Amino acid sequence: MPNVTPLQNILVVVMLWLAVGLAGLAFPRNLRIVTKLLFPIGAAGALALAVSGYSAVTGAVDTLILPLGLPDLPFHLRLDALSGFFLMLLGAVGTGVSVYAAGYLRAGEASAPGVQCFFFQVFLASMALVTIANDAYAFMVFWETMALSSYFLVVSDHEQPDIRRAAFLYLLMAHVGAVAILLCFGVLQGGTGDYTFDSMRGVEHTPFWGTVAFALALAGFGGKAGIVPLHVWLPEAHPAAPSPASALLSAVMLKIAVYGFLRIMFDLLDTSVWWWGVVVLALGLITALYGVIFSAVQSDMKRLLAWSSIENIGFIFAGLGLAITFRAYGMGALAALALTAALYHSLNHGFFKSLLFLATGSVLHATSERSLGKLGGLIHRMPWVAWLALVGTLGIAGVPPLNGFVSEWMLLQAFLFTPGLPHPYLNMFIPVATAVAVLAAALAGYVMVKFYGVVFLGRPREEKLIEAHDAGAWEKIGLAWLAAGCVLLGLMPVAVVELIGNITRLLVGQSLGNPSNWLYLAPINAERSSYSPLLLLTVVALVALATWMLVRYFFHGRIRRGPAWDCGFPAQTSRMQDTAEGFGQPVRVVFEPFFRMQRELPLPSDQSPRYRVTVDDHFWYWIYLPLARATEFLSRMASKLQQGRISIYLLYSFLTLIALLFFVR
Amino acid sequence: MTTLSGIVLQFFELLLAVLVAPLLTGWVNVCRAWMQNRSAPPVLTPYRVLLKLFTKEPVLAYNASSLFRITPYILFGCMCLAAAIVPTLNINLPINAAADAIALVGVFALARVFMALAAMDIGTAFGTLGARREMMIGFLAEPALLIVLFTSSLISNTTSLSSIVGQMARMDLVIYPSLAFAGVAYTMVSLAENARIPVDNPATHLELTMIHEAMLLEYSGRHLALMEWAASLKLFTYSCMGIALFVPFGISDGDSWAGVLVALTALAFKLALGGSLLALIETMSAKMRIFRAPEFLGTAFILAVLAMLIHLLLETP
Repeated sequence: MPNVTPLQNILVVVMLWLAVGLAGLAFPRNLRIVTKLLFPIGAAGALALAVSGYSAVTGAVDTLILPLGLPDLPFHLRLDALSGFFLMLLGAVGTGVSVYAAGYLRAGEASAPGVQCFFFQVFLASMALVTIANDAYAFMVFWETMALSSYFLVVSDHEQPDIRRAAFLYLLMAHVGAVAILLCFGVLQGGTGDYTFDSMRGVEHTPFWGTVAFALALAGFGGKAGIVPLHVWLPEAHPAAPSPASALLSAVMLKIAVYGFLRIMFDLLDTSVWWWGVVVLALGLITALYGVIFSAVQSDMKRLLAWSSIENIGFIFAGLGLAITFRAYGMGALAALALTAALYHSLNHGFFKSLLFLATGSVLHATSERSLGKLGGLIHRMPWVAWLALVGTLGIAGVPPLNGFVSEWMLLQAFLFTPGLPHPYLNMFIPVATAVAVLAAALAGYVMVKFYGVVFLGRPREEKLIEAHDAGAWEKIGLAWLAAGCVLLGLMPVAVVELIGNITRLLVGQSLGNPSNWLYLAPINAERSSYSPLLLLTVVALVALATWMLVRYFFHGRIRRGPAWDCGFPAQTSRMQDTAEGFGQPVRVVFEPFFRMQRELPLPSDQSPRYRVTVDDHFWYWIYLPLARATEFLSRMASKLQQGRISIYLLYSFLTLIALLFFVR
Repeated sequence: MTTLSGIVLQFFELLLAVLVAPLLTGWVNVCRAWMQNRSAPPVLTPYRVLLKLFTKEPVLAYNASSLFRITPYILFGCMCLAAAIVPTLNINLPINAAADAIALVGVFALARVFMALAAMDIGTAFGTLGARREMMIGFLAEPALLIVLFTSSLISNTTSLSSIVGQMARMDLVIYPSLAFAGVAYTMVSLAENARIPVDNPATHLELTMIHEAMLLEYSGRHLALMEWAASLKLFTYSCMGIALFVPFGISDGDSWAGVLVALTALAFKLALGGSLLALIETMSAKMRIFRAPEFLGTAFILAVLAMLIHLLLETP
């Protein structure tokens, strides 16, 4: 049997996905074939991709030239540890999401299942290809395929005008970003005219052109990832898609943008200037805080999760910013620490965010309701979904021993090293900026308690919720797969950090010191800091178990059921529980300047009093609406040229000719 | 110190914390009663209350889920873990490598998240109100607490609590201005985190004022006993952490049991003093409206950030 390299494996998976997608197009309305045959095959492919990605992280660099594309411009492909890591993320999350989608798709919902299947598989395949592209041309082709296929996923419920609007916004932002990336590659090739990444690696850039490339990369990839102020499309587009697609968009596609940024900043661009990192760090922290604050006031569960994705991307970029600054000062070990935190968080976010998006999908199907104010008490009706979602909730809230905490812990450790920066102001301001990161992390806990508590706990806020049913077998397996990922990533940080060490060695030349101890995570040295989630969990579990047994042994285990006490108030209705708005109110009050709020308060004399509050994003009114108005104004001016009479047009040609003659002579 | 005696000491310390914690709560109540010219309850009252609650049969609301039932145990486990992590008598504790200062804050956050979720589980107005307020206090207090811990760890170049405390204990008696600021911030945070006046009132059941008690409303019997015990443990742990960070003198460095004995005496003395100080603060201040809490904790946050800035500006060579 011939030896198959991981890169070839990946291409096989990509071909498989495309074939599955085409098969979906062949049977667009046949739900049985699409869900029970095609999606499971796609899931198997994703699993294979994860394995190949894993072997690429630990293995050697592999390249390949595909004789596809334009004449003289074949696709260059390259697989290294960085690509492998993101392929692993794509494969592992894609497996869970595909399995879930096999149970999720329904006939008559949004576009035909086969069509959704096609775009879903193309989306997966294009994301895999982006990570292995090795020249600008191939990269842009795959990048645009990714943007387009995801656009069609977002717009699949195209009969609703809101969704069409959200999808258009997404497409627009995606293309503005793509232009920035294209220009960035133009700068990176540095006049050689050779657009392969291999040649870009060899080009030396002056600080000016390096900065231009950095700014373009930040705008292009940051816009795709949802960095403030380029985030406005994200809370519109992600909730609009069907839940499995939302999960892929939030959990994986944002990470592909992170990948692109990493590829350019740490691989293609040879120079690095310290203040680039500061810019990225500042933007990351602002994004994290902004995202989490807006997440806290949402009342639609998918929008809440989308804003929370913005927050997590902020954390990742904060880590990248620290890594860039550390690298610019030649502090390799610390750059590796910050980079590890960012990559770890990417992986974590991939798992818990897809888990939660899929859980909202199950809730949506069970109740046909996505407004938090109309849910509640689902832990009794949907125990599987509720308990699995609890894992994701705790993970994203950043509490030990789950995965979100590990990456936050490492990021904070990296922040604690910033006083050592050899720059008289940075070593003071960056440590103080830690406060922002900590605040955002604490707010994340608030948001997740709101999400989980309002959806799954308490009493049902609507009559119809009593008929809610638990998810089907496929959905349960998909959710359980992702939840298991969250738990493993939380409990086995040493193994994951060692794996990421391969990437940091590639990008910054160093990896975190191997503590040679599987139990304790000690990124720099054990004297300074260490963390062992397994031990924490053991202690808590043992104490809890011992308490349980001792209480039963010394006293009793009897229990009585009765109505809720609630200070003895007799008439209790489920409407008296906090709504999503109520739960978000403290954040709205404490962070009032962040919101553009409009309140309509009832008068005392009103017969049917109504209270209305709308919370908007300032950036719409500061940047986007003025921009839209300016565009409109310019196009109106341009339209004055268009008179619709042939004589005028002839006059234009004549004038142009005269002008040209004048200039040429 | 050998590992075996380290483990023995660890267990001893944990057991001590678990057993003594209600005593501290009782002592604070006694001091408060004295200062307010009331006749004081016996100092052992909290133990009696716990015993009474354990004997009683818990009444569970009809729609309580199993999350509600396991939360007291998880909470108690978390608080025991936190009590074990904080160096009270000796700084060479085996469990210290498992969790540093950041992880300790994480453990508190875990407990808080579970408590808030359990409070929302029954679906009463008070429960959700308590959960919302508690989470608000949480997101305001947690950053301040972490920045205080960061200031200490910047001074000692480590985030491991035992190393921080070890270095602080070995330091000469030089006044660190940053630590003074951090100490004030820490005190404010502790008041909020332990549901004390001026942020919350542990003795009230009025709906306008309560936070922590609102979350416990639906608990009874052994579940309530565990929650109360966990709250005592939390107060004990916070007190011990404050002592360890700001006045660690007397803590044993880990060779002899005699040193541990000295540390025990010192700790008892410091806790008694700290408890009466807490009672003093509670007597002298009034409970503030819930929306003044952000100002209070915002001040703590700013003080903590100032402490860090002062350390970076003035104390780094």
